[in-house]
Amino acid sequence: MAAREESPFARVARDFATSPVAVAGLVLITIIVLLAVFASLIAPQNPYDLAQLDIMDGRLPPGSLSGDGLTFWLGTDDQGRDMLSGILYGLRISLIVGAGSALFAGIVGTSLGLTAAYVGGKVEAAIMRLVDLQLSFPAILVALMILAALGKGVINVMLALVIVEWASYARTARGAALSERAREYIEAAENLALPRWRVVFKHLLPNCLPPLIVIGTIQVARAIALEATLSFLGLGVPITEPSLGLLIANGYQYMLSGKYWISFYPGIALLITIMAINLVGDQLRDVLNPRLQK
Amino acid sequence: MALWLIRRLVQAGFVMLAMSLIVFIGLHMIGNPIDILISPEADQAERARAIAALGFDKPLWQQYAYFLQGALHGDLGRSFVFNEPALRLILQRMPATLELAVTAVLMSVLVGLPLGLFAGLYPHSFAGRTVMAGSILGFSLPGFWVGLMLIMVFAVGLGWLPSSGRGTTAELFGVQWSFLTKDGLRHLIMPALNLSLFNISLVLRLARAGVRETMPLDYIRFARAKGLSPQRVVFVHVLRNILIPVVTVVGLELGSTIAFSVVTESVFAWPGMGKLIIDSINVLDRPVIVAYLMIIVALFVTINLVVDLLYTALDPRVRLGGRA
Amino acid sequence: MTLEITDLHTHFITRAGTLRAVDGVSLSVGRGEVLGLVGESGSGKSVTGFSIIGLVDPPGKIVSGSVKFEGREITGLSEPELRKLRGNKIAMIFQDPMMTLNPVLRIDAQMIETVKAHDNSSTAVARERARDALGQVGIPSPEERLSAYPHQFSGGMRQRVAIAIALLHNPALIIADEPTTALDVTIQAQILAVVQKLATERGTSLLWITHDLSVVAGLADRVAVMYAGRIVESGAVDAVLDHPMHPYTNGLIGSLPSRNRRGSKLLQIPGMTPSPLDRPEGCAFRTRCSHADASCAQEPPLHAPAPGRTLRCFHPVGAPA
Repeated sequence: MAAREESPFARVARDFATSPVAVAGLVLITIIVLLAVFASLIAPQNPYDLAQLDIMDGRLPPGSLSGDGLTFWLGTDDQGRDMLSGILYGLRISLIVGAGSALFAGIVGTSLGLTAAYVGGKVEAAIMRLVDLQLSFPAILVALMILAALGKGVINVMLALVIVEWASYARTARGAALSERAREYIEAAENLALPRWRVVFKHLLPNCLPPLIVIGTIQVARAIALEATLSFLGLGVPITEPSLGLLIANGYQYMLSGKYWISFYPGIALLITIMAINLVGDQLRDVLNPRLQK
Repeated sequence: MALWLIRRLVQAGFVMLAMSLIVFIGLHMIGNPIDILISPEADQAERARAIAALGFDKPLWQQYAYFLQGALHGDLGRSFVFNEPALRLILQRMPATLELAVTAVLMSVLVGLPLGLFAGLYPHSFAGRTVMAGSILGFSLPGFWVGLMLIMVFAVGLGWLPSSGRGTTAELFGVQWSFLTKDGLRHLIMPALNLSLFNISLVLRLARAGVRETMPLDYIRFARAKGLSPQRVVFVHVLRNILIPVVTVVGLELGSTIAFSVVTESVFAWPGMGKLIIDSINVLDRPVIVAYLMIIVALFVTINLVVDLLYTALDPRVRLGGRA
Repeated sequence: MTLEITDLHTHFITRAGTLRAVDGVSLSVGRGEVLGLVGESGSGKSVTGFSIIGLVDPPGKIVSGSVKFEGREITGLSEPELRKLRGNKIAMIFQDPMMTLNPVLRIDAQMIETVKAHDNSSTAVARERARDALGQVGIPSPEERLSAYPHQFSGGMRQRVAIAIALLHNPALIIADEPTTALDVTIQAQILAVVQKLATERGTSLLWITHDLSVVAGLADRVAVMYAGRIVESGAVDAVLDHPMHPYTNGLIGSLPSRNRRGSKLLQIPGMTPSPLDRPEGCAFRTRCSHADASCAQEPPLHAPAPGRTLRCFHPVGAPA
């Protein structure tokens, strides 16, 4: 009985598909990303274009019509912005900041972690001390302090998020690298006198990827949530580029008068995004981890 | 035991010292501490006096000594906005934050532990799976948004609970606490629940994982072979074992919860340290920010110490060493 | 007859297939008798022990067969009824003393709860009984030891505690699942001596499960040899060990280091135990047996070649004596 040679990717994909919930999550993520990418084409209105806004349209409930016959499916905010459009554009910012910072943090953290594992000695000790220090502080506190020092803005938020997130990657990368390093194929590569960087990048890294991917997914969800929280507190992205968090903040003051939609719908969008990512991440963790214990 | 305690206290002291150094250096790196710690509205005479008092005209290491001295005496600068010592401002608000955080943590154990136990004992049941699905929701829900929704439903919609603020307080040990009054409790429920959401999921998952790990172990089988009732097996044998990791994590999460109360306090206008720091950041009231940092670090170090103590008390293997 | 098992089948239904862990086991233990159940790992002997008191966890279950304790059928009993027997009339001792006792509970708590599970004693009375039990298994200063935690004991001591717990309610039957495997040889001898003395004093029946023939030789009255989920041979200890009939038993005895001449190659049974998912048709041993032929593809029935002996083989290697 010959086994059909299946690439590791195909195997992972097949195992992943055993959970219909996770697959649903993946589909949702794809839809959300597409919505964000094509926001400018899909949105009925460009919420940043002041010329298109009419303050008389402000604070209308969902389903109302504007003066020009445009349907505000999810209502409008206090400036007369269509909530649906605002959410689509806001998704963009949230995704860019969230995924972007997770990616950068991943690059930085993984490099440092791999370096620590490969070089060892004092360098490793120093890097891991830094990791411990970083991880012993709650993310929100660190982010707050950094933004207090640097001020608002998309770049600053991303910087703060990267500083908050890199340590998890570093720790995971180092752990995976240490156990991989002891394996024979690395010894073989080293004995072939391959240059160090090549050993690390072409041989060590691919096999450390599974746990890093799992961490990465979790971190993206965390980053999106953290950015939303910071923006809600007024310390994140500026008003000119509102993310979902800021949209929710805008609706805060209208809650007590029953105009729930200004905060409600952006929150739902945020919730669905985060949950979809978490569902996918959960399944990835279950699927990828046993493979490591070969 | 006493030796261990002393060692840990010394360790804690070192951490505090290190943090104070980091904060001090950070202050100097970000900008001119003169501008940071002296109100921009002070006149020349004020400035001169402050500079002398804070030692800004002295060499750096002496400044650090002044800083430390000031910190130990409880003087970390005066708030620009309130014109009161920053430290005092923060300490005044600490009981409110502690009240909120501790209630949230208690809730997370009281709700999360039984749910997690149930999900661990009946993992394939519909209820068990629903609980686990719910825990993912608990992770994914953005805390601040849930807070808003809670207010919308319970305060605006149903009118059962007040929408913001802290209730009336009563005194205990010289401090004002709101959980001692009925009105206080009414104000406390929603923010505490909001804050506890993430922790409930955490405790739930931990408890479930703990149960799943512990049940197949030999000593559980032995307990059953002795003819013990299933209640005793679960609530004594299993529970005691999973309590150790749960308590450890919950204890460590207390620090995180206090940090996260920043958000809850903003949503519910709860007059704690968190709200103070957000407001201070927004108006650039820097002495308060610095003081807050130091207090938080002190809090964290204390919490870690207490958690360590608790862990030792709960796990006899650690406490009594091994003599196998 | 204290214990009578007839054609027991315990199967595990897994995704990979049905594991026939216990595949037709029949044995009996009389009053005050010690039966050694011998087999290698994977033979199903531990599962047999668990099946008796109904501690087989899903996905395993008893699919057919009967287990009679003191004349009463116990396979169909409800959980509460089984609980009344466990630790009370039928006690069990496990293999690894490190893992048998709950590490976070004190010894007295773990003993007192056993007493109270079947008796309405007060805590003080229960504690007295616990202390006496510890003394009987030879633990010095039992009063201090009661307040200790398991990790403060050595392996041998822990096993003595387990034995003490087993004896608390004076059971009619003790099932011992490899209780000395994890211990040093010298400690092993001590534990065996303790158990033997107490069992003889009280007339307790003992089902001693082990892979070590030499233990059985010194301790048991009768022995049953198990292979791949079935009893392949049984009889009085001396009879079986001096005049083995099944090729497997013969191989086991032959491979004992004490039986081999120094310098000559250690005798081994060729091949490996088949996986429980993949057993050969008919006699499970035939893939490793030098006497096997085509007729062994049929499952050999259990028969009695002599009074007091049973055998499951078409080509025995010896005569009953």
